[in-house]
Amino acid sequence: MKLREIGIGKTVETLGAWMLGALWLLPVVFAFWSAFHPAEYSTSFSLFAPLTIDNFVRAWSYAPFPRYLLNTFILVTLILAAQFILCTLAAYGFARFEFFGKNVVFALVLLQLMIMPEVLLVENYRTISNLGLLDTIPAIGLPYMASAFGIFLLRQSFKTIPKELVEAAQVEGLSAVGILWRVYVPLARSTYIAYGLVSVSYHWNNFLWPLVITSSVNSRPLTVGLAIFGAPESGVDWSIITAATVMTMAPLLVAFILFQRQFVQSFMHSGIK
Amino acid sequence: MKPTFQLRYWNQINGWLLVLPAVFMISLFTHYPIVSNLFHSLFSMGTATRPEIFIGLENYKYLLDDDIFWKVLKNNFIYSLCTVPFSIGIALCMALLINRNIRGRSLVRMSFFTPTVLPMIAVANIWLFFYTPEYGLFDQIFGFFGGDSHNWLGNPDSALYCLIVMVIWKESGFFMVFYLAALQQLSPELKEAGLVEGSGSWYYFRRVTFPLLMPTTLFVTVNAVVNSFKLVDHLVIMTKGGPDNATSLLLYYIYENAFSFWDTSYAATLTVVLVLILAAITIFQFAVVEKRIHYQ
Repeated sequence: MKLREIGIGKTVETLGAWMLGALWLLPVVFAFWSAFHPAEYSTSFSLFAPLTIDNFVRAWSYAPFPRYLLNTFILVTLILAAQFILCTLAAYGFARFEFFGKNVVFALVLLQLMIMPEVLLVENYRTISNLGLLDTIPAIGLPYMASAFGIFLLRQSFKTIPKELVEAAQVEGLSAVGILWRVYVPLARSTYIAYGLVSVSYHWNNFLWPLVITSSVNSRPLTVGLAIFGAPESGVDWSIITAATVMTMAPLLVAFILFQRQFVQSFMHSGIK
Repeated sequence: MKPTFQLRYWNQINGWLLVLPAVFMISLFTHYPIVSNLFHSLFSMGTATRPEIFIGLENYKYLLDDDIFWKVLKNNFIYSLCTVPFSIGIALCMALLINRNIRGRSLVRMSFFTPTVLPMIAVANIWLFFYTPEYGLFDQIFGFFGGDSHNWLGNPDSALYCLIVMVIWKESGFFMVFYLAALQQLSPELKEAGLVEGSGSWYYFRRVTFPLLMPTTLFVTVNAVVNSFKLVDHLVIMTKGGPDNATSLLLYYIYENAFSFWDTSYAATLTVVLVLILAAITIFQFAVVEKRIHYQ
Protein backbone atom coordinates (compact mmCIF):
# COMPACT_ATOMS: atom_id res chain seq x y z
CA MET A 1 0.00 0.00 0.00
CA LYS A 2 2.64 2.43 1.14
CA LEU A 3 4.94 1.34 -1.67
CA ARG A 4 2.24 1.84 -4.28
CA GLU A 5 1.62 5.36 -2.97
CA ILE A 6 5.29 6.12 -3.33
CA GLY A 7 5.16 4.68 -6.85
CA ILE A 8 2.26 6.93 -7.85
CA GLY A 9 3.95 9.95 -6.29
CA LYS A 10 7.06 9.21 -8.25
CA THR A 11 5.14 8.89 -11.54
CA VAL A 12 3.48 12.24 -10.96
CA GLU A 13 6.85 13.82 -10.18
CA THR A 14 8.43 12.31 -13.28
CA LEU A 15 5.61 13.57 -15.48
CA GLY A 16 5.84 17.00 -13.88
CA ALA A 17 9.58 17.13 -14.51
CA TRP A 18 9.11 16.10 -18.13
CA MET A 19 6.40 18.67 -18.76
CA LEU A 20 8.39 21.46 -17.20
CA GLY A 21 11.44 20.35 -19.18
CA ALA A 22 9.43 20.34 -22.42
CA LEU A 23 8.07 23.80 -21.65
CA TRP A 24 11.60 25.06 -21.01
CA LEU A 25 12.92 23.59 -24.24
CA LEU A 26 10.03 24.86 -26.36
CA PRO A 27 11.48 28.30 -27.32
CA VAL A 28 14.74 26.71 -28.47
CA VAL A 29 12.96 24.00 -30.43
CA PHE A 30 10.82 26.67 -32.02
CA ALA A 31 13.89 28.68 -33.07
CA PHE A 32 15.36 25.62 -34.79
CA TRP A 33 12.02 24.78 -36.42
CA SER A 34 11.65 28.24 -37.85
CA ALA A 35 15.27 28.44 -38.98
CA PHE A 36 15.11 25.19 -40.96
CA HIS A 37 11.72 25.74 -42.65
CA PRO A 38 10.45 28.17 -45.30
CA ALA A 39 9.02 31.44 -43.97
CA GLU A 40 5.36 30.44 -44.36
CA TYR A 41 5.82 27.61 -41.84
CA SER A 42 7.22 29.72 -39.02
CA THR A 43 3.70 30.56 -37.89
CA SER A 44 1.94 27.33 -38.74
CA PHE A 45 3.12 23.99 -37.54
CA SER A 46 2.99 21.12 -39.97
CA LEU A 47 4.77 17.82 -39.60
CA PHE A 48 5.39 17.59 -43.33
CA ALA A 49 6.83 21.04 -43.86
CA PRO A 50 9.83 20.85 -46.18
CA LEU A 51 13.25 21.31 -44.61
CA THR A 52 15.53 23.97 -46.03
CA ILE A 53 18.83 25.67 -45.31
CA ASP A 54 17.88 28.59 -47.51
CA ASN A 55 17.42 30.87 -44.48
CA PHE A 56 21.00 30.28 -43.43
CA VAL A 57 22.33 30.89 -46.92
CA ARG A 58 20.46 34.20 -47.10
CA ALA A 59 21.43 35.35 -43.60
CA TRP A 60 25.02 34.50 -44.49
CA SER A 61 24.81 36.63 -47.64
CA TYR A 62 23.08 39.62 -45.97
CA ALA A 63 25.60 40.16 -43.17
CA PRO A 64 29.26 39.23 -42.59
CA PHE A 65 28.54 36.44 -40.11
CA PRO A 66 31.82 34.57 -40.75
CA ARG A 67 33.67 37.73 -39.74
CA TYR A 68 31.52 38.19 -36.61
CA LEU A 69 32.15 34.56 -35.71
CA LEU A 70 35.89 35.03 -36.13
CA ASN A 71 35.80 38.20 -33.99
CA THR A 72 33.93 36.43 -31.20
CA PHE A 73 36.33 33.53 -31.38
CA ILE A 74 39.38 35.81 -31.14
CA LEU A 75 37.75 37.81 -28.34
CA VAL A 76 36.88 34.79 -26.22
CA THR A 77 40.32 33.23 -26.68
CA LEU A 78 42.13 36.48 -25.89
CA ILE A 79 40.12 37.08 -22.73
CA LEU A 80 40.53 33.51 -21.52
CA ALA A 81 44.31 33.50 -22.06
CA ALA A 82 44.76 36.83 -20.29
CA GLN A 83 42.45 35.78 -17.45
CA PHE A 84 44.33 32.53 -16.88
CA ILE A 85 47.67 34.35 -16.63
CA LEU A 86 46.56 37.34 -14.53
CA CYS A 87 44.25 35.39 -12.22
CA THR A 88 46.74 32.56 -11.66
CA LEU A 89 49.48 34.97 -10.56
CA ALA A 90 47.18 36.99 -8.34
CA ALA A 91 45.51 33.92 -6.81
CA TYR A 92 48.92 32.46 -6.00
CA GLY A 93 49.95 35.73 -4.35
CA PHE A 94 46.77 35.90 -2.26
CA ALA A 95 46.77 32.21 -1.34
CA ARG A 96 50.36 31.62 -0.30
CA PHE A 97 52.16 34.89 0.44
CA GLU A 98 51.96 37.24 3.38
CA PHE A 99 52.38 40.86 2.41
CA PHE A 100 51.46 44.26 3.73
CA GLY A 101 47.88 45.28 3.04
CA LYS A 102 46.89 41.86 1.65
CA ASN A 103 43.42 41.70 3.15
CA VAL A 104 42.50 45.24 2.15
CA VAL A 105 43.70 44.67 -1.41
CA PHE A 106 41.78 41.40 -1.60
CA ALA A 107 38.59 43.09 -0.41
CA LEU A 108 39.08 45.81 -3.05
CA VAL A 109 39.50 43.12 -5.72
CA LEU A 110 36.26 41.44 -4.66
CA LEU A 111 34.39 44.69 -5.26
CA GLN A 112 34.48 43.77 -8.95
CA LEU A 113 32.18 40.80 -8.26
CA MET A 114 29.41 43.27 -7.52
CA ILE A 115 30.27 46.25 -9.68
CA MET A 116 31.09 44.71 -13.03
CA PRO A 117 32.83 46.76 -15.77
CA GLU A 118 29.62 47.10 -17.82
CA VAL A 119 27.96 49.02 -14.98
CA LEU A 120 30.66 51.68 -15.35
CA LEU A 121 30.40 51.77 -19.13
CA VAL A 122 30.39 55.56 -19.43
CA GLU A 123 33.77 56.01 -17.73
CA ASN A 124 35.28 52.86 -19.20
CA TYR A 125 34.34 54.11 -22.65
CA ARG A 126 36.25 57.30 -21.83
CA THR A 127 39.31 55.31 -20.69
CA ILE A 128 39.34 53.12 -23.80
CA SER A 129 38.92 56.22 -25.95
CA ASN A 130 41.89 57.91 -24.20
CA LEU A 131 43.97 54.80 -24.81
CA GLY A 132 43.08 55.11 -28.51
CA LEU A 133 41.60 51.63 -28.60
CA LEU A 134 38.00 52.33 -29.63
CA ASP A 135 36.53 49.79 -32.02
CA THR A 136 39.18 47.11 -31.48
CA ILE A 137 38.81 43.57 -30.19
CA PRO A 138 41.27 44.03 -27.27
CA ALA A 139 39.17 47.00 -26.11
CA ILE A 140 36.16 44.69 -25.65
CA GLY A 141 38.22 42.31 -23.55
CA LEU A 142 40.43 44.67 -21.58
CA PRO A 143 38.05 45.49 -18.68
CA TYR A 144 37.39 41.78 -18.06
CA MET A 145 40.93 40.41 -18.25
CA ALA A 146 41.68 40.76 -14.56
CA SER A 147 38.66 39.01 -13.10
CA ALA A 148 37.87 39.04 -9.41
CA PHE A 149 35.78 35.93 -9.93
CA GLY A 150 38.72 34.02 -11.42
CA ILE A 151 41.08 35.20 -8.69
CA PHE A 152 38.58 34.15 -6.04
CA LEU A 153 37.98 30.67 -7.50
CA LEU A 154 41.66 29.90 -8.07
CA ARG A 155 42.64 31.21 -4.66
CA GLN A 156 40.10 28.87 -3.03
CA SER A 157 41.47 26.00 -5.03
CA PHE A 158 45.12 26.85 -4.30
CA LYS A 159 44.39 27.06 -0.59
CA THR A 160 43.28 23.42 -0.46
CA ILE A 161 46.64 22.20 -1.74
CA PRO A 162 48.52 20.68 1.21
CA LYS A 163 51.55 22.56 2.55
CA GLU A 164 53.56 19.30 2.63
CA LEU A 165 53.48 19.09 -1.16
CA VAL A 166 54.81 22.62 -1.43
CA GLU A 167 57.53 21.94 1.14
CA ALA A 168 58.56 18.79 -0.71
CA ALA A 169 58.87 20.83 -3.89
CA GLN A 170 60.98 23.40 -2.04
CA VAL A 171 63.30 20.65 -0.85
CA GLU A 172 63.62 19.54 -4.47
CA GLY A 173 64.91 23.05 -5.14
CA LEU A 174 61.98 24.45 -7.10
CA SER A 175 61.63 28.26 -7.19
CA ALA A 176 58.39 30.09 -6.33
CA VAL A 177 57.44 30.21 -10.01
CA GLY A 178 58.44 26.58 -10.44
CA ILE A 179 56.18 25.56 -7.58
CA LEU A 180 53.29 27.49 -9.10
CA TRP A 181 53.78 25.87 -12.48
CA ARG A 182 54.61 22.32 -11.35
CA VAL A 183 52.44 21.95 -8.24
CA TYR A 184 49.59 24.47 -8.04
CA VAL A 185 48.46 24.74 -11.66
CA PRO A 186 48.25 20.97 -12.37
CA LEU A 187 46.39 20.33 -9.11
CA ALA A 188 43.83 23.05 -9.84
CA ARG A 189 43.00 21.64 -13.27
CA SER A 190 39.29 21.13 -12.59
CA THR A 191 38.96 24.72 -11.38
CA TYR A 192 40.57 25.95 -14.60
CA ILE A 193 38.11 23.93 -16.66
CA ALA A 194 35.17 25.19 -14.62
CA TYR A 195 36.27 28.80 -14.78
CA GLY A 196 37.13 28.49 -18.48
CA LEU A 197 33.66 27.24 -19.39
CA VAL A 198 31.93 29.95 -17.34
CA SER A 199 34.16 32.64 -18.82
CA VAL A 200 33.72 31.48 -22.42
CA SER A 201 29.94 31.35 -22.11
CA TYR A 202 29.86 34.77 -20.45
CA HIS A 203 31.94 36.48 -23.12
CA TRP A 204 30.41 34.63 -26.06
CA ASN A 205 27.07 36.02 -24.90
CA ASN A 206 28.13 39.45 -23.62
CA PHE A 207 26.47 42.30 -25.42
CA LEU A 208 26.12 45.78 -23.90
CA TRP A 209 29.80 46.66 -23.51
CA PRO A 210 30.77 45.30 -26.97
CA LEU A 211 27.84 47.24 -28.41
CA VAL A 212 29.08 50.61 -27.17
CA ILE A 213 32.77 50.05 -27.78
CA THR A 214 32.59 48.68 -31.35
CA SER A 215 31.46 50.50 -34.46
CA SER A 216 32.60 48.43 -37.43
CA VAL A 217 32.54 44.93 -38.84
CA ASN A 218 36.24 44.57 -38.00
CA SER A 219 35.63 44.26 -34.28
CA ARG A 220 31.93 43.47 -33.76
CA PRO A 221 31.24 40.14 -32.05
CA LEU A 222 28.36 37.86 -33.05
CA THR A 223 25.90 39.19 -30.48
CA VAL A 224 26.26 42.78 -31.68
CA GLY A 225 26.14 41.67 -35.31
CA LEU A 226 22.96 39.74 -34.63
CA ALA A 227 21.35 42.69 -32.83
CA ILE A 228 21.99 44.99 -35.79
CA PHE A 229 20.86 42.36 -38.26
CA GLY A 230 17.70 41.51 -36.35
CA ALA A 231 16.63 45.08 -35.59
CA PRO A 232 13.01 45.59 -36.71
CA GLU A 233 14.18 48.55 -38.83
CA SER A 234 16.29 46.22 -40.93
CA GLY A 235 13.14 44.72 -42.44
CA VAL A 236 14.65 41.25 -42.76
CA ASP A 237 12.35 38.22 -42.87
CA TRP A 238 11.57 36.58 -39.57
CA SER A 239 12.81 33.12 -40.58
CA ILE A 240 16.13 34.59 -41.70
CA ILE A 241 16.51 36.31 -38.35
CA THR A 242 15.93 33.00 -36.55
CA ALA A 243 18.53 31.39 -38.80
CA ALA A 244 21.01 34.07 -37.73
CA THR A 245 19.94 33.57 -34.11
CA VAL A 246 20.55 29.84 -34.37
CA MET A 247 23.97 30.50 -35.91
CA THR A 248 24.86 32.77 -33.01
CA MET A 249 23.91 30.31 -30.30
CA ALA A 250 24.80 27.05 -32.09
CA PRO A 251 28.54 26.79 -31.29
CA LEU A 252 27.98 27.20 -27.57
CA LEU A 253 24.86 25.03 -27.63
CA VAL A 254 26.67 22.19 -29.41
CA ALA A 255 29.54 22.43 -26.93
CA PHE A 256 27.02 22.38 -24.11
CA ILE A 257 25.19 19.30 -25.41
CA LEU A 258 28.48 17.44 -25.93
CA PHE A 259 29.93 18.33 -22.53
CA GLN A 260 26.68 18.66 -20.60
CA ARG A 261 27.95 17.17 -17.35
CA GLN A 262 31.09 19.24 -17.45
CA PHE A 263 29.10 22.45 -18.02
CA VAL A 264 26.61 21.88 -15.23
CA GLN A 265 29.35 20.82 -12.84
CA SER A 266 31.45 23.84 -13.77
CA PHE A 267 28.64 26.26 -13.02
CA MET A 268 27.98 24.31 -9.80
CA HIS A 269 31.64 24.45 -8.84
CA SER A 270 31.75 28.19 -9.46
CA GLY A 271 28.95 28.82 -7.01
CA ILE A 272 30.36 26.98 -4.03
CA LYS A 273 32.33 29.07 -1.63
CA MET B 1 72.17 34.74 9.29
CA LYS B 2 68.62 35.92 9.43
CA PRO B 3 66.55 33.46 7.38
CA THR B 4 63.21 34.40 8.85
CA PHE B 5 63.74 38.08 8.18
CA GLN B 6 64.89 37.40 4.65
CA LEU B 7 62.01 35.04 3.98
CA ARG B 8 59.50 37.56 5.16
CA TYR B 9 61.12 40.24 3.04
CA TRP B 10 60.91 38.08 -0.07
CA ASN B 11 57.36 37.11 0.75
CA GLN B 12 56.45 40.79 0.78
CA ILE B 13 58.02 41.52 -2.60
CA ASN B 14 56.92 38.31 -4.31
CA GLY B 15 53.40 38.65 -3.00
CA TRP B 16 53.04 42.18 -4.25
CA LEU B 17 54.64 41.41 -7.62
CA LEU B 18 52.25 38.51 -8.15
CA VAL B 19 49.07 40.43 -7.45
CA LEU B 20 50.17 43.72 -9.01
CA PRO B 21 49.22 43.13 -12.68
CA ALA B 22 45.69 42.02 -11.83
CA VAL B 23 45.22 44.67 -9.15
CA PHE B 24 46.35 47.37 -11.58
CA MET B 25 43.89 46.22 -14.26
CA ILE B 26 41.01 45.96 -11.80
CA SER B 27 41.74 49.43 -10.42
CA LEU B 28 41.83 50.85 -13.93
CA PHE B 29 38.42 49.47 -14.90
CA THR B 30 36.60 49.34 -11.54
CA HIS B 31 38.00 51.65 -8.87
CA TYR B 32 39.23 54.49 -11.03
CA PRO B 33 35.93 54.73 -12.98
CA ILE B 34 33.92 54.77 -9.74
CA VAL B 35 35.90 57.80 -8.55
CA SER B 36 36.11 59.62 -11.88
CA ASN B 37 32.42 58.95 -12.42
CA LEU B 38 31.61 60.69 -9.14
CA PHE B 39 33.84 63.57 -10.25
CA HIS B 40 32.16 63.89 -13.66
CA SER B 41 28.71 63.93 -12.09
CA LEU B 42 29.62 67.27 -10.51
CA PHE B 43 30.37 68.91 -13.87
CA SER B 44 28.28 70.16 -16.75
CA MET B 45 28.48 68.58 -20.18
CA GLY B 46 31.38 70.02 -22.13
CA THR B 47 30.78 70.89 -25.78
CA ALA B 48 33.14 71.74 -28.61
CA THR B 49 32.90 75.45 -27.87
CA ARG B 50 32.29 75.40 -24.12
CA PRO B 51 34.50 73.51 -21.65
CA GLU B 52 32.84 71.58 -18.86
CA ILE B 53 32.42 73.60 -15.68
CA PHE B 54 31.90 72.67 -12.05
CA ILE B 55 28.21 72.84 -11.20
CA GLY B 56 28.17 71.08 -7.82
CA LEU B 57 25.00 69.14 -7.15
CA GLU B 58 23.09 70.63 -10.09
CA ASN B 59 22.92 67.25 -11.89
CA TYR B 60 21.52 65.63 -8.75
CA LYS B 61 18.87 68.31 -8.46
CA TYR B 62 17.91 67.60 -12.05
CA LEU B 63 17.84 63.88 -11.25
CA LEU B 64 15.40 64.37 -8.37
CA ASP B 65 13.08 66.29 -10.70
CA ASP B 66 13.43 63.83 -13.55
CA ASP B 67 10.17 61.89 -13.82
CA ILE B 68 11.71 59.38 -16.18
CA PHE B 69 14.41 58.56 -13.61
CA TRP B 70 11.79 57.77 -10.97
CA LYS B 71 9.79 55.71 -13.44
CA VAL B 72 12.89 53.76 -14.46
CA LEU B 73 13.82 53.17 -10.83
CA LYS B 74 10.31 51.94 -10.07
CA ASN B 75 10.43 49.65 -13.12
CA ASN B 76 13.72 48.25 -11.91
CA PHE B 77 12.29 47.49 -8.47
CA ILE B 78 9.23 45.78 -9.97
CA TYR B 79 11.54 43.86 -12.29
CA SER B 80 13.71 42.72 -9.36
CA LEU B 81 10.78 41.94 -7.06
CA CYS B 82 9.17 39.74 -9.73
CA THR B 83 12.15 38.04 -11.36
CA VAL B 84 14.08 37.22 -8.18
CA PRO B 85 11.49 35.26 -6.12
CA PHE B 86 9.91 33.52 -9.11
CA SER B 87 13.15 32.40 -10.72
CA ILE B 88 14.47 31.21 -7.36
CA GLY B 89 11.24 29.37 -6.53
CA ILE B 90 11.19 27.65 -9.90
CA ALA B 91 14.90 26.89 -9.59
CA LEU B 92 14.28 25.14 -6.27
CA CYS B 93 11.42 23.09 -7.73
CA MET B 94 13.60 22.09 -10.67
CA ALA B 95 16.44 21.03 -8.41
CA LEU B 96 14.13 18.98 -6.18
CA LEU B 97 12.60 17.24 -9.21
CA ILE B 98 15.96 16.40 -10.74
CA ASN B 99 17.60 15.37 -7.51
CA ARG B 100 15.42 12.23 -7.53
CA ASN B 101 16.30 9.23 -9.57
CA ILE B 102 13.71 9.81 -12.29
CA ARG B 103 13.67 8.54 -15.86
CA GLY B 104 15.29 10.83 -18.43
CA ARG B 105 16.86 12.87 -15.67
CA SER B 106 19.85 14.16 -17.62
CA LEU B 107 17.65 15.16 -20.54
CA VAL B 108 15.36 17.15 -18.24
CA ARG B 109 18.35 18.75 -16.55
CA MET B 110 19.72 19.72 -19.94
CA SER B 111 16.49 21.42 -21.00
CA PHE B 112 16.31 23.37 -17.73
CA PHE B 113 19.88 24.54 -18.12
CA THR B 114 19.86 25.31 -21.86
CA PRO B 115 18.57 28.92 -21.58
CA THR B 116 21.59 29.72 -19.37
CA VAL B 117 24.09 29.12 -22.17
CA LEU B 118 22.13 31.13 -24.74
CA PRO B 119 23.00 34.76 -25.44
CA MET B 120 20.35 37.16 -24.12
CA ILE B 121 20.24 38.72 -27.58
CA ALA B 122 19.26 35.41 -29.17
CA VAL B 123 16.65 34.81 -26.47
CA ALA B 124 15.24 38.29 -27.02
CA ASN B 125 14.90 37.63 -30.76
CA ILE B 126 13.00 34.40 -30.16
CA TRP B 127 10.67 35.86 -27.55
CA LEU B 128 10.09 39.00 -29.59
CA PHE B 129 8.41 36.74 -32.11
CA PHE B 130 6.37 34.97 -29.42
CA TYR B 131 4.96 38.34 -28.39
CA THR B 132 4.23 39.53 -31.95
CA PRO B 133 0.56 40.53 -32.27
CA GLU B 134 -1.59 38.05 -34.25
CA TYR B 135 1.26 35.86 -35.61
CA GLY B 136 3.15 35.29 -32.40
CA LEU B 137 2.89 32.13 -30.32
CA PHE B 138 0.99 33.77 -27.46
CA ASP B 139 -1.62 35.32 -29.69
CA GLN B 140 -2.05 32.06 -31.56
CA ILE B 141 -2.65 30.20 -28.30
CA PHE B 142 -5.07 32.89 -27.12
CA GLY B 143 -6.73 32.92 -30.54
CA PHE B 144 -7.22 29.15 -30.32
CA PHE B 145 -9.24 29.65 -27.15
CA GLY B 146 -11.16 32.49 -28.76
CA GLY B 147 -9.19 35.35 -27.24
CA ASP B 148 -8.46 38.68 -28.89
CA SER B 149 -5.16 39.76 -30.31
CA HIS B 150 -2.90 41.62 -27.86
CA ASN B 151 -0.09 44.03 -28.51
CA TRP B 152 1.93 42.45 -25.69
CA LEU B 153 5.03 44.61 -25.89
CA GLY B 154 3.26 47.68 -27.22
CA ASN B 155 1.02 48.06 -24.21
CA PRO B 156 2.65 49.95 -21.29
CA ASP B 157 0.65 47.87 -18.78
CA SER B 158 1.84 44.49 -19.99
CA ALA B 159 5.24 45.13 -21.60
CA LEU B 160 7.36 44.99 -18.43
CA TYR B 161 5.67 41.78 -17.26
CA CYS B 162 6.25 40.16 -20.65
CA LEU B 163 9.96 40.82 -20.23
CA ILE B 164 9.84 39.50 -16.66
CA VAL B 165 8.37 36.17 -17.82
CA MET B 166 11.16 35.82 -20.35
CA VAL B 167 13.88 36.62 -17.83
CA ILE B 168 12.47 34.08 -15.36
CA TRP B 169 12.66 31.46 -18.11
CA LYS B 170 16.24 32.47 -18.88
CA GLU B 171 17.56 32.53 -15.31
CA SER B 172 15.84 29.70 -13.41
CA GLY B 173 18.08 26.97 -14.78
CA PHE B 174 21.17 28.88 -13.73
CA PHE B 175 20.01 29.16 -10.12
CA MET B 176 18.85 25.53 -10.17
CA VAL B 177 22.47 24.47 -10.48
CA PHE B 178 23.38 25.99 -7.12
CA TYR B 179 20.48 24.22 -5.42
CA LEU B 180 21.50 20.94 -7.05
CA ALA B 181 25.01 21.37 -5.69
CA ALA B 182 23.65 22.07 -2.21
CA LEU B 183 21.19 19.16 -2.30
CA GLN B 184 23.96 16.76 -3.22
CA GLN B 185 25.85 17.79 -0.13
CA LEU B 186 22.97 17.04 2.23
CA SER B 187 23.63 13.75 3.94
CA PRO B 188 21.44 10.82 2.93
CA GLU B 189 21.31 9.66 6.58
CA LEU B 190 19.22 12.71 7.35
CA LYS B 191 16.63 11.64 4.82
CA GLU B 192 16.61 8.09 6.17
CA ALA B 193 16.14 9.37 9.70
CA GLY B 194 13.23 11.47 8.49
CA LEU B 195 11.62 8.49 6.77
CA VAL B 196 12.04 6.25 9.79
CA GLU B 197 10.33 8.83 11.95
CA GLY B 198 7.54 8.70 9.40
CA SER B 199 7.51 12.37 8.52
CA GLY B 200 5.80 13.13 5.19
CA SER B 201 7.89 14.49 2.37
CA TRP B 202 6.34 17.99 2.52
CA TYR B 203 6.96 18.14 6.26
CA TYR B 204 10.49 16.89 5.75
CA PHE B 205 11.11 19.52 3.08
CA ARG B 206 9.70 22.36 5.19
CA ARG B 207 11.46 21.44 8.44
CA VAL B 208 14.74 19.93 7.24
CA THR B 209 15.66 20.50 3.59
CA PHE B 210 14.55 24.10 3.19
CA PRO B 211 16.29 25.43 6.32
CA LEU B 212 19.47 23.60 5.34
CA LEU B 213 19.29 25.24 1.91
CA MET B 214 19.05 28.71 3.46
CA PRO B 215 22.68 29.69 2.80
CA THR B 216 22.23 28.73 -0.86
CA THR B 217 19.00 30.69 -1.05
CA LEU B 218 20.69 33.79 0.31
CA PHE B 219 23.66 33.39 -2.04
CA VAL B 220 21.38 32.95 -5.04
CA THR B 221 19.18 35.87 -3.97
CA VAL B 222 22.11 38.27 -3.85
CA ASN B 223 23.25 37.07 -7.28
CA ALA B 224 19.77 37.38 -8.71
CA VAL B 225 19.28 40.91 -7.37
CA VAL B 226 22.63 42.04 -8.79
CA ASN B 227 21.71 40.45 -12.13
CA SER B 228 18.41 42.28 -12.20
CA PHE B 229 20.30 45.58 -12.16
CA LYS B 230 22.91 44.44 -14.67
CA LEU B 231 20.98 42.58 -17.35
CA VAL B 232 19.44 44.95 -19.90
CA ASP B 233 20.57 43.43 -23.23
CA HIS B 234 17.05 42.35 -24.18
CA LEU B 235 15.73 45.92 -24.01
CA VAL B 236 17.91 46.92 -26.96
CA ILE B 237 16.18 44.29 -29.11
CA MET B 238 12.67 44.11 -27.76
CA THR B 239 11.42 47.49 -26.60
CA LYS B 240 14.22 50.07 -26.45
CA GLY B 241 12.83 50.93 -23.03
CA GLY B 242 9.40 51.79 -24.44
CA PRO B 243 6.53 52.20 -24.82
CA ASP B 244 6.82 55.52 -23.02
CA ASN B 245 9.68 54.21 -20.82
CA ALA B 246 7.41 51.49 -19.41
CA THR B 247 10.16 48.86 -19.66
CA SER B 248 13.29 50.96 -19.24
CA LEU B 249 15.69 49.86 -16.50
CA LEU B 250 18.38 51.89 -14.76
CA LEU B 251 21.39 50.61 -16.69
CA TYR B 252 19.51 50.96 -19.96
CA TYR B 253 18.60 54.55 -19.09
CA ILE B 254 22.29 55.20 -18.39
CA TYR B 255 23.21 53.68 -21.75
CA GLU B 256 20.56 55.76 -23.48
CA ASN B 257 21.72 59.00 -21.87
CA ALA B 258 25.36 58.35 -22.63
CA PHE B 259 25.21 56.86 -26.11
CA SER B 260 21.94 58.10 -27.63
CA PHE B 261 21.57 61.58 -26.09
CA TRP B 262 25.34 61.97 -25.50
CA ASP B 263 24.70 63.53 -22.09
CA THR B 264 27.61 61.81 -20.35
CA SER B 265 27.44 64.09 -17.34
CA TYR B 266 23.87 63.07 -16.52
CA ALA B 267 24.74 59.45 -17.33
CA ALA B 268 27.54 59.72 -14.75
CA THR B 269 25.04 60.98 -12.17
CA LEU B 270 22.75 58.05 -12.87
CA THR B 271 25.70 55.68 -12.62
CA VAL B 272 26.40 56.99 -9.12
CA VAL B 273 22.89 55.89 -8.13
CA LEU B 274 23.42 52.44 -9.64
CA VAL B 275 26.78 52.03 -7.90
CA LEU B 276 25.16 53.04 -4.59
CA ILE B 277 22.44 50.42 -5.05
CA LEU B 278 25.01 47.73 -5.81
CA ALA B 279 27.12 48.87 -2.85
CA ALA B 280 24.07 48.55 -0.59
CA ILE B 281 23.56 44.98 -1.80
CA THR B 282 27.23 44.26 -1.12
CA ILE B 283 26.98 45.59 2.42
CA PHE B 284 23.85 43.53 2.96
CA GLN B 285 25.70 40.47 1.76
CA PHE B 286 28.61 40.98 4.12
CA ALA B 287 26.43 41.88 7.08
CA VAL B 288 23.79 39.17 6.71
CA VAL B 289 24.64 36.51 4.19
CA GLU B 290 28.26 35.86 5.10
CA LYS B 291 27.34 35.54 8.75
CA ARG B 292 24.59 33.06 7.93
CA ILE B 293 26.86 30.99 5.73
CA HIS B 294 29.54 30.62 8.37
CA TYR B 295 27.41 29.06 11.08
CA GLN B 296 26.80 25.98 8.98
